[in-house]
Amino acid sequence: MAEIVGAYFTSHVPAIGGAIHKGLQGDPYWKPFFDGFPRVHEWLGQVKPDVAIVFNNDHGLNFFLDTMPTFAVGAAAEYHNADEGWGLPLYKPFAGHPELSWHLINSLVEDEFDITTCQKMLVDHALSIPFELAWPDCEAWPVKLVPFGINTVQHPLPSAKRCLALGRAVNRALQNWQGNERIVIIGTGGLSHQLDGERAGFMNQDYDRFCLDHLASDPDALTDHSIHEIVRLAGTQGVEILNWIAARGALGDAATEIHRNYHLPISNTAAATVLLEPA
Amino acid sequence: MTEHASPIPGTTLFDGKAAQAGFELNAMCYSFNEKANRDAFLADEEAYCDSYKLTPEQRAAVKARDVLAMIAAGGNAYYLAKLAGIFGLNMQDLGAMQTGVSTDAFKAMLLSQGRGATYETAFKEMTHG
Repeated sequence: MAEIVGAYFTSHVPAIGGAIHKGLQGDPYWKPFFDGFPRVHEWLGQVKPDVAIVFNNDHGLNFFLDTMPTFAVGAAAEYHNADEGWGLPLYKPFAGHPELSWHLINSLVEDEFDITTCQKMLVDHALSIPFELAWPDCEAWPVKLVPFGINTVQHPLPSAKRCLALGRAVNRALQNWQGNERIVIIGTGGLSHQLDGERAGFMNQDYDRFCLDHLASDPDALTDHSIHEIVRLAGTQGVEILNWIAARGALGDAATEIHRNYHLPISNTAAATVLLEPA
Repeated sequence: MTEHASPIPGTTLFDGKAAQAGFELNAMCYSFNEKANRDAFLADEEAYCDSYKLTPEQRAAVKARDVLAMIAAGGNAYYLAKLAGIFGLNMQDLGAMQTGVSTDAFKAMLLSQGRGATYETAFKEMTHG
């Protein structure tokens, strides 16, 4: 029987990819962020996942405004990274797990989640950077991928409550999966940051701590805020917390925090890295 | 609920209205995922803008590199970032352009928050020295 080994959360600021590329992990600016990762590497070495279900958001690589799904689920045999326009290195391909993708798709639609199914999906820095942080310099990624894309670009965005419910529906689907994989749930992005407008540079440590303090023990607390309030509290791009909330739902009901690192600023962002295990 | 919620200072929600107004501008920025299109823009900016149906406001904002005006004309941060990439601007450069300070001053404001200052305090330090 398949086992959910835990959940890994981290920020996906593009500049992190640049720092890795330039080997700046020990630089005083970057070290406090990268110091969060030896524990992640140790944990992944212990729990040895072979499948990753990733909740992330597209930044205008795969989706444009002509067609903007609220919840997109990948069902490809292989996923590719591509040029995003600002010279990030291209990452190696990601093997998919179409059988598990279709199991999740069937189960979610039966559960009345009207998701969009994607047999082709480019994945951007929101996925490649967390992978590179987790498994640096590996020859091939050690996990097969099922990506979920949540619309954080064009309002109306799905509510935090709906994202948590989606994650919980994924968890129910996984309980009925007959495979014997070791599954890690991944949530990427955040925490507070705002890139656009006169309020560019906004971060909010109080709200970030509230999210981090409740993620394991009481994720429903994160759903009390409307999207408008989350933008106010976390910034226009801080709404990426939706990815974390969905991932937390997919982990299952009870969870224990086993690792947390929080540091700001990384570029314009308050960056966090967290590991949770099912309790 | 959203339309009744109080506005967030210095913040534009990219909603349906903005997405309609900004479609062509964002489409042009989306095209910059391809290097050939970035090169074509750099080779002849006017001609490249002509190939998209930008409004006069959008044309002027792009020409002036005025990020706030691009946002007011429906530009979305995720797509505009690709235009900024063509000019080699990073997120601190963009932040500085939008807040009317130098990039160094904007970076100092971020670092001040890193030392525990609230955004409001760090912003005041940035704008009033």
